[in-house]
Amino acid sequence: MSTATASTTLSPDRVGQSLPPARKARPVSEFLSTYVFSKDHKVIGLQFLFSTLLWFLVGGLLALAVRWQVAWPWSDVPVLGKLFAQQGGQMAPEFYTMLFTMHATVMIFLVIIPILAGAFGNFLIPLMIGADDMAFPTLNMLSYWFMWPAFFAFGASFFVEGGAASSGWTSYPPLSTNVASSPGAGMGQTLWLVGLTLVGVSSMLGSVNYMTTIILMRAPGMTMFRLPMTIWAMFITAILQAFALPVLTAAGFMQLTDRTLGTGFFSPEGNIVNNAMQATGGGQPLLWQHLFWFYSHPAVYIMILPAMGMVSDIMTTFARKPLFGYRPMVYSIAGIAGLGFIVWGHHMFISGMNPALGITFMVSTMMIALPSAVKTFNWLGTIWGGRIQFTTAMLFALSFVSMFIIGGLSGIFMAATPVDIFIHDTYFIVAHFHYVLFAGTAMGVWAGIYYWFPKMFGRTMNEFWGKVHFFLTFIFLNGTFFTMHILGAVGFPRRLADAYHYETFHHLQPLNAFMTYCAMGMVATQIIFAINFFWSMFNGPVAGRNPWNANTLEWTAPSPPGHGNFDFQPVVYRGPYEYSVPGVEKDHLMQTDPPNAAEAAAAAAAHG
Amino acid sequence: MANDNPSGGSSKRSRLMGIFWSLLFLAVPVLGVAVFIVAPWYDIWLPKDVSEHGKAIDGLFMFILALTGVVFIATEVLLFWFLWKYDAASATGPAKYIHGSHAVEVIWTIIPAATLLFLAIYQMNTWADVKMRRPAMTPSVEVVGRQFEWRLRYPGRDGTLGTPDDLFLVNDLHVPADEDFLVQLKSMDVLHSFFIPNLRIKQDAVPGMKIPVWFKATENGEYDIVCAELCGWGHYKMKGRVTVESRADFERWLEKMYSRQEATQPEPLSAAEGAAVALTQ
Repeated sequence: MSTATASTTLSPDRVGQSLPPARKARPVSEFLSTYVFSKDHKVIGLQFLFSTLLWFLVGGLLALAVRWQVAWPWSDVPVLGKLFAQQGGQMAPEFYTMLFTMHATVMIFLVIIPILAGAFGNFLIPLMIGADDMAFPTLNMLSYWFMWPAFFAFGASFFVEGGAASSGWTSYPPLSTNVASSPGAGMGQTLWLVGLTLVGVSSMLGSVNYMTTIILMRAPGMTMFRLPMTIWAMFITAILQAFALPVLTAAGFMQLTDRTLGTGFFSPEGNIVNNAMQATGGGQPLLWQHLFWFYSHPAVYIMILPAMGMVSDIMTTFARKPLFGYRPMVYSIAGIAGLGFIVWGHHMFISGMNPALGITFMVSTMMIALPSAVKTFNWLGTIWGGRIQFTTAMLFALSFVSMFIIGGLSGIFMAATPVDIFIHDTYFIVAHFHYVLFAGTAMGVWAGIYYWFPKMFGRTMNEFWGKVHFFLTFIFLNGTFFTMHILGAVGFPRRLADAYHYETFHHLQPLNAFMTYCAMGMVATQIIFAINFFWSMFNGPVAGRNPWNANTLEWTAPSPPGHGNFDFQPVVYRGPYEYSVPGVEKDHLMQTDPPNAAEAAAAAAAHG
Repeated sequence: MANDNPSGGSSKRSRLMGIFWSLLFLAVPVLGVAVFIVAPWYDIWLPKDVSEHGKAIDGLFMFILALTGVVFIATEVLLFWFLWKYDAASATGPAKYIHGSHAVEVIWTIIPAATLLFLAIYQMNTWADVKMRRPAMTPSVEVVGRQFEWRLRYPGRDGTLGTPDDLFLVNDLHVPADEDFLVQLKSMDVLHSFFIPNLRIKQDAVPGMKIPVWFKATENGEYDIVCAELCGWGHYKMKGRVTVESRADFERWLEKMYSRQEATQPEPLSAAEGAAVALTQ
């Protein structure tokens, strides 16, 4: 592990000391402070990584259960069937609603957001900017330890009376606020709100930390425009978090008080659910949707921007070429973040919101496709004329671009308000966000794992099995998700436990069965990844400081870096993407390499 | 891994792998387009449109599909081509040392920006027709979503909703063909969404709001009404049917339903039944 030299306390004055503090006495507390309540950003990053990968497995299994019901409704469920003995081995429809609610909840709040910001953000930010640690190590430690109570709140909700939350991850009232409206709207929904709040606290602690660290703790010479794209993406993501999240937290509390204290923020007057009159009223169900999406749309970018940054860095390394359009890449991330605050209404085109407002949101939503397009063109520009090395990390990064094109383009259909009338809440949107979040972000995450694994553990993952993992995942994910576009074109609605009794949809079962087989293959493929990951941790080939011949600062530190990260003071002389500089002997110039004459000449020639 | 590095000699095997991976990425646009061509043959495509405004919606869908299809094919093929051509195992000499191009950035910013803006403006008229330019008429029917059924209320003989001669029905919507039809959409409990795939109509029903929905059905037949907004455990079975028929058939049906309703006016509750009803409320 990376923390052989970690100490019980962390203070800036200890940084740079080459010797670990004397080990003595109290081994238990030292173990706790080193591996459990560690304040070292690398340990916290790895804690996030291991936890989120575990939760990824949970979310994936929930997805399989969902897929089972969609493909073969009311048939006996394998393995899980024993849980449904009282229903004869079938899944009850209310359990199905809990499954997709919790699948989304786990994947979004416990996997995607924390694996990007928590795992990669934590591990990479100080290393890539040349800092010894985060600005606030204690906050950092707390941000991890708020995740587990959240997980237990979500997990426990399956075992309370009525079961887990079942109103979707969007938790629209009155289904979520009126206890009589569904079985999971009882204690399960309350626990869901508690879990959400805890996740929010964790994210907030993280984002404050990331912003401060990136602004204040960059190494000498590391100007903002010498930052790698990963760091730019993490920085802008942290800003998004900090400004959008309080709205969700406040809205969550409002929903909690609607449910427990009898307030009426979201419940209309005279609402009768399940023959039970609601005690209070005077609220507006649409208010929740506005507040929820005011956070959750920016959250979509929180869930992809860091992956975009990581992919940019990985692609330059394995194309041996400078990033095409560094500044446009930075501005487009900023553009996505800025526009991200004024597009939330596109989730509400048919919600009953004033249709005139729908037109406004359509225009802003169309325009947010622009920075995404610019990024895609620049990625293509980056590999143009490169010398491409097909490493596993590169393959995952390339597939990010390939899949993001699909996810980005399919978004335009939903942005077009008249078309959205038909495809809203169908599998078309399910296809869209899985292309962005699974085929995009998750592939970016795997690229990041294969790429930074040597820095995390000092060893390289097996390339052959990495490529097998990539190939199978790539095939199965497209088998699962591409077909969803076609389902959406038929109007196949999401969240239905059984749609085949509709004349319109009865012929779609074989297609759904095919998708479920692909989904099973996709989950099974991850066994290869898990074995490769753990085997390589202990047995992989030992990696030096810079196994990929990359330029950024983390590759100047030991693999894995000790406490305090760098065994010298990094000084930065140039941007992160100086690959294949003409006249320079090696094909990469690290950010810390002292300036040389050939480089200056090449730069002068390149910029005319 | 570092030993894939081209400096270690571009072996035949690694070139073969480069070809393999390039072709894998080429498979994305090839199979992607193939799926969209094959699916309609198997009738897995937009359901038959039987509404007046649906033509415009389907037209916009196909327009966006064509436009994004071109961009999809172009970018994915370019990606394939670059992977094929610039494979370190076959390409000779160092990579291009270039940090970007201002001119190119301007071009690929302005062209998509103009296209997207055009696309947004191009949608507006249809959107306004479907959701904003409401026909000047009184509601033809009130539809109330309720876990898990569609409750319908026709104005009855006097043509006015909320009078004693209103006709009450469940899940069985009838609509006269080739006429503007105005639905007043409400919900009694939670959110629902009134979705008729063949009529290209979808509108959430929100408790506390009366939302107008209008359409003109153009073809006689029976079609599905689907709930498209999660409304609880029985969401999947919140199914209705809409029958589009001629004005004369529609009138006949209304009359029949009305006389049936009159004939089955409930007797006053017995004391025991009254108590049972009181308990459930």
